Amino acid sequence: MPVPILQVRGVIQAYGEHSVIHGLSFALAKGRIGCLLGPSGSGKTTTLRCIAGFEAISDGEILLSGKTVSRAGYLVPPELRRIGMVFQDYALFSHLTVAGNIAFGLGLMAKSERAARVADLLSIVGLTDAQDKFPHQLSGGQQQRVALARALAPEPELLLLDEPFSSLDADLRPRLSLDVRAILKQQNATAILVTHDQQEAFALADEIGVINDGALMQWDTAYNLYHRPANRFVADFIGQGVFVNGTVLTEKQVEIELGILSGEAATQYAVGSRVDVLLRPDDIVHDDASPLQAEVLNKAFRGAEILYTLKLPSGSTALSLVPSHHNHAIGEKIGIRLEADHIVAFTKPA
Amino acid sequence: METSTARAPTAGAFIFSRTRSNSSGWRLAVLLTALLLAVPVLVVFSAFLSPERDIWNHLLEFVLPDLFVNTLWLVIGVGAGTALLGVSLAWLTALYDFPGRGFFSWALLLPLAVPSYVTAFVSIGLLDFAGPLQTWLREIFGGQIWFPPIRSTGGVIAVMTLALYPYVYLLSRNAFLSQGKRTLEVAQSLGLSRSQGLFRAALPMARPWIAGGLLLVFMETLADFGAVAAFNYDTFTTAIYKTWFGMFSLSAAAQLALILIVMVFVIVLIEQHLRAEVRYTETGKAGRQTRFALRGTRRWLASFYAALVLSAGFIVPVIQLLMWSSEASVDAFDPRTLQYLWRSLALGGIAAVLTGAVALVLVYANRRQTDVTTRAAIRFATFGYAVPGAVLGVGIFIPVAWLDAQLSVFAKTILGIDASQVLQGTVLVMLLAYLVRFLAVSFNPLDAAMQRITPSTEEAARSLGLDSKRVLWRVHLPILRSGLFSGAILVFVDVMKEMPITLMTRPFGWDTLAVRIFEMTSEGQWERAAPPAVALVLAGLLPIIWLNRHAEKC
Repeated sequence: MPVPILQVRGVIQAYGEHSVIHGLSFALAKGRIGCLLGPSGSGKTTTLRCIAGFEAISDGEILLSGKTVSRAGYLVPPELRRIGMVFQDYALFSHLTVAGNIAFGLGLMAKSERAARVADLLSIVGLTDAQDKFPHQLSGGQQQRVALARALAPEPELLLLDEPFSSLDADLRPRLSLDVRAILKQQNATAILVTHDQQEAFALADEIGVINDGALMQWDTAYNLYHRPANRFVADFIGQGVFVNGTVLTEKQVEIELGILSGEAATQYAVGSRVDVLLRPDDIVHDDASPLQAEVLNKAFRGAEILYTLKLPSGSTALSLVPSHHNHAIGEKIGIRLEADHIVAFTKPA
Repeated sequence: METSTARAPTAGAFIFSRTRSNSSGWRLAVLLTALLLAVPVLVVFSAFLSPERDIWNHLLEFVLPDLFVNTLWLVIGVGAGTALLGVSLAWLTALYDFPGRGFFSWALLLPLAVPSYVTAFVSIGLLDFAGPLQTWLREIFGGQIWFPPIRSTGGVIAVMTLALYPYVYLLSRNAFLSQGKRTLEVAQSLGLSRSQGLFRAALPMARPWIAGGLLLVFMETLADFGAVAAFNYDTFTTAIYKTWFGMFSLSAAAQLALILIVMVFVIVLIEQHLRAEVRYTETGKAGRQTRFALRGTRRWLASFYAALVLSAGFIVPVIQLLMWSSEASVDAFDPRTLQYLWRSLALGGIAAVLTGAVALVLVYANRRQTDVTTRAAIRFATFGYAVPGAVLGVGIFIPVAWLDAQLSVFAKTILGIDASQVLQGTVLVMLLAYLVRFLAVSFNPLDAAMQRITPSTEEAARSLGLDSKRVLWRVHLPILRSGLFSGAILVFVDVMKEMPITLMTRPFGWDTLAVRIFEMTSEGQWERAAPPAVALVLAGLLPIIWLNRHAEKC
């Protein structure tokens, strides 16, 4: 098995007494796009800066292509790590043109080679016509693409992206994250993205690490994070859903008030034990024929669908995503049915 | 201009809704102010139209070559010196941690509190052959020792560098604080070392700010009168003064003033161009920034360097001033000092109120009237700050003398009174000169404060039920107050320090602190120049303390 491009092993980073990251481990193989996803203040940007070499670590080690670049008391400076970085505010050089910015990290190349590489990147990010413009003459999306091209130009082994879309308009983000993914894949780049936005993470990354309070909660694909969260935090943080009471019947069956859920369980629980079961809005479907009735507490119109907040007979609430032509008034009772092929349940907190 | 006339009513429009129909009143007020303030500059320029061949031949042969060479050396030397000190200190305090960094980062601005002519005479008094340092060295080593002569081109350059480097320091520190570390990180992520990153990325990116600071230094250098006079180093300002008060040739002085103002104009044009560039340059977020730690001896070297500059530019001169002052007051306290102090304070105070009031009118007109003429007039009215005091002295004196002549003819023929000098040498003319020179100092902070009152601020207040009078009291005044106050402090101190205008336009024998310093310095009586200088330094500390407090709050 080839050596992963990036290995983070038990990294701890502390400013004096206060530790920002405690015991983080993960690895990323060549050509993969990873993402560190977490709420603000979770330590994800600090992790990125540790990988880049801007911050020293207190314990553990970071390896790039199998070579240790950071451990306690040892730090290879960023310029010797062959990394590229796209900063949150892009940090373009205001005194250089677009082409000048992209060529900045190509100091050692022959002139003709450098020009060819710059032209290549300009066409990849679609800014050939803008090559002689200065950063202040570009739109936010264009600036972001310059920052990406500048970081990719020296062909870094690992590309680091720090909240690359956060300064852009919300309606630009989905398209740009797909564009960026296409470019990264075309260049066969290995990259780590840091974001607090799940949609961005889902659109861009092959694998995602959910970080909370300086620790890794789960490292997995987007699908598994959503449908097989490893713990309560991930279940809560990713997507929408509510917890309802359940009783474990067998290894593959849990009974809740809406019926019996069957399927693969992410974790095993003792038969007969009481658990909290996660219900996603797509786990409950609307069915007029169903004998199970729930009262509409609230509704949010989403265009194609309506997200209903429902009051179950026991008094607990649940969410249901329903095609929007099923338009019901608040207070009305509607028929619902369980439809899920897996179980996400956690032992009740003590 | 269609967009600006068609936009929503501005704050001024609400406040002055009663005068709305009378909008030309604002324009008239602004145009009159601009005209009044433009007269001195236009008078100097009109010297171009009446070149007198004799004067020019004399100037070209005996005066100008030396003046140009002297000015050139001074500008090059002070420019290089302030760039070196200002940028290096800004870089250190913005990006590195070393003992005392927090203290030095504001204390390095303190030399701004000492007028350059005070630094100049203290340095001469301290380092001259008869001064305490050389005397002490001779006592220790005996007989002849070599010491670099302080009264030299190098001496003037060193002194003015120490007095003016804070301009470069302040501006480049802003640039480095907002983008320095980030820029270095980008350069490092692209494979450059920190020092390569400094020279290839951080410095070039900060270029507009560094250049902006340098241009201020150039303007101050060209306009400086007191420091070069103390060194007997002839530049255009001292030449203007000498030809006028020594050779009594007002027209020659006007020709020299013309050359000086043309040089200043060129610098102003470059500065305006740069300012546009700065506006387009993103500074990024200043947010949370950690500084690089310096290790070992380098930490102490950094502290030592900052302490050295601070001592030379502020601590040593101030201690020397205090020592001289205590000697002077023990020997024989000059009671007239109190009179000079009172006049300086009164002049500064009245000028601060006067410029504040005129600035307020201009700021409201600026908001009220968006046509090209008014805007151009306002820019013209605030241009006086660029004009060196010596030039302004000439520009004010000529029209006042002319007006006096007309008045005396009028008085003699119509009223039968013998009145030769009605206006000349009155405090009124002095105040007018200060107004021309320092209006921009009041106008700029006030205008900046006014920019913060957006039309929607105004509309929000109105929608909350305030009438226009209440909006003025509860919204405009509180927001404008700090701008008015900063402007007033700066004008107050600038007027107290101002030397050439005061010398050239004061009533005969009407001395102020600055005039007293000039006279005592030209006689080499450092001890007697010291007490007024201490008063000026104390006054000069006011705006620095105020600005520092203000910066902390924001």
